[in-house]
Amino acid sequence: MGLSGDDITAIWLTLKLASVVTLLLLLLATPLAWWLARSRSWWKGPISAVVALPLVLPPTVLGFYLLLAMGPEGPVGKLTLALGLGTLPFTFWGLVVASMLYSLPFVVQPLQNAMEALGERPLEVAATLRAGPLDRFLTVVLPLTRSGFLTATILGFAHTVGEFGVVLMIGGNIPGATRVISVQLYDHVEALEYGQAHGLAAAMLLFSFLVLMMVYGYHRRAAVARLGGGA
Amino acid sequence: MVTTAGQQLPAWGVALEQRVQSWAGAASVNSSKSIKACFQLRQADFELDVDLQLPGRGVTAIFGHSGSGKTTLLRCIAGLQKPRQGALEVNGDTWQAGNYWLPAHRRPLGYVFQEASLFPHLTAMGNLQYARQRADQSMPVVAFDHVVELLGIGALLDRPPDRLSGGERQRVAIARALLIAPRLLLMDEPLASLDMNRRREILPYLEQLKSELDIPMLYVSHSPDEVARLADHLVALDRGRAVAVGPLEEALARLDFPIRLGEETGVVLSARVVERDPQWKLTRMEFAGGHLWTRDSGHRLGEALRVRVLARDISLATRHHQDSSILNILQGRVGEIATDEAHGVAMVQIHIGESVLVARVTLRSVDHLQLARGDNIWAQIKSVAVLS
Repeated sequence: MGLSGDDITAIWLTLKLASVVTLLLLLLATPLAWWLARSRSWWKGPISAVVALPLVLPPTVLGFYLLLAMGPEGPVGKLTLALGLGTLPFTFWGLVVASMLYSLPFVVQPLQNAMEALGERPLEVAATLRAGPLDRFLTVVLPLTRSGFLTATILGFAHTVGEFGVVLMIGGNIPGATRVISVQLYDHVEALEYGQAHGLAAAMLLFSFLVLMMVYGYHRRAAVARLGGGA
Repeated sequence: MVTTAGQQLPAWGVALEQRVQSWAGAASVNSSKSIKACFQLRQADFELDVDLQLPGRGVTAIFGHSGSGKTTLLRCIAGLQKPRQGALEVNGDTWQAGNYWLPAHRRPLGYVFQEASLFPHLTAMGNLQYARQRADQSMPVVAFDHVVELLGIGALLDRPPDRLSGGERQRVAIARALLIAPRLLLMDEPLASLDMNRRREILPYLEQLKSELDIPMLYVSHSPDEVARLADHLVALDRGRAVAVGPLEEALARLDFPIRLGEETGVVLSARVVERDPQWKLTRMEFAGGHLWTRDSGHRLGEALRVRVLARDISLATRHHQDSSILNILQGRVGEIATDEAHGVAMVQIHIGESVLVARVTLRSVDHLQLARGDNIWAQIKSVAVLS
């Protein structure tokens, strides 16, 4: 039931993919969540819907359109070709782009919830204490929405580790570039290597369980602290 | 401050800012201390429309029932809310004029919110430091230790806000607003969220603050008691409009004061302790036009304080009764009389020297005593509240 060299390669690739995707997503999702949490614009509805689409769409639908868009005839593909980057499908960076879209709601929503819960008051208080917009964001919003950021990071990372459909559509099955754990597991099962499959599957199961336990454990502690603090 | 403004403002803004700075310089020479605030703001169910000129020193109470627009007015002055049209000048500095609108974080003010507003992720000390680090360097900084002592929070500094009582949190919040070195202190019903005992705990600190620091203060309140204790000047708001503006003593002595105070109707007098009687444990106070005896409140001879006399605590007589337990029987003249037929009572102004008292008596008594303007009258004062 031990892990083969290919398994280890797949695990490292998966961790690298999830780390890159989570980092980039946090950078992208923070301003997006901030805007969604505070905007009263008409666009809030449509944009919230687009962000939430990956929650309900089969990954294959997302993967299909991404494949078309990033292919040599698609708008993104033409752009990347014009920039001399080649085309993205079946590369690591293609996988990064696809995973970012796929995991976007898992990062945006915890951030948006935390920022909405924050309310207007702490920001007004900071403004009357002469803190400018960036100062307010760094010294008030970030520390007070810390649990939202933690949840977003963990969920974004875990969800990227666990994806399969989009990877298969957009990344194929290239060792070291796009063959992540879930694909490697699929290969083992196809080849009837159940022992190998058990090893990877058990590792994924344990990982996912621990991650979720961390999220819920943290939220329970935070809730208890809030209750205890209501003097 | 001018350089950071220059980086952010378009050219006209820079020019205006420089003009504002030069006005500020000129104003400090003339020492023209005033706040001019003119706002029009329309919300779904409410409209604020005021054009005020307020003194730029002392405490001005913004008084009115809930929903009268007090908080909205304060938020417009703070820059937390942007009125569609408005102009605001504070002791020579323009904060709003035409299209020019200084955002809240660039206005040199301190703001105390109605409910606890301490940052929960910082200790009491952290909250104070937050203000200290961002304080206006061009202003004389109020010494940290002095502020901490003034509000009695020295023992609380290492505690997070959730381990402070409501009153303690509000004291830290007031200290934080002072440490920003404000040129104007705005207080939005800082005692409203507290119970009676907590209010009694904080009011003396506010009185202390007023007497020790020379910072103009706008104090929003719906409590006649707080207003009587703290304010020098009064703006009464009703449905978004200023219905009475003036020095506190004058405003409270008006019979046509537009906001019903009911049992709380009464005047405030400025007085000075002139005699202490150790045998009977009494203090004699002098006000413009007369004297009042009160139980010894421990005030020093010569100390200035204010006393409040409620209309319901004054009865009237046409002769001087010597055989009474009432300590204070003052001779005066009847001024205006306002009758309230529905409730069977009348409010009667009594002029005593330069001061005016207001007495509430029944219509039957007015008829019985044949009260008329200019009559000689004796005001029997059952109780006097020494406020500070």
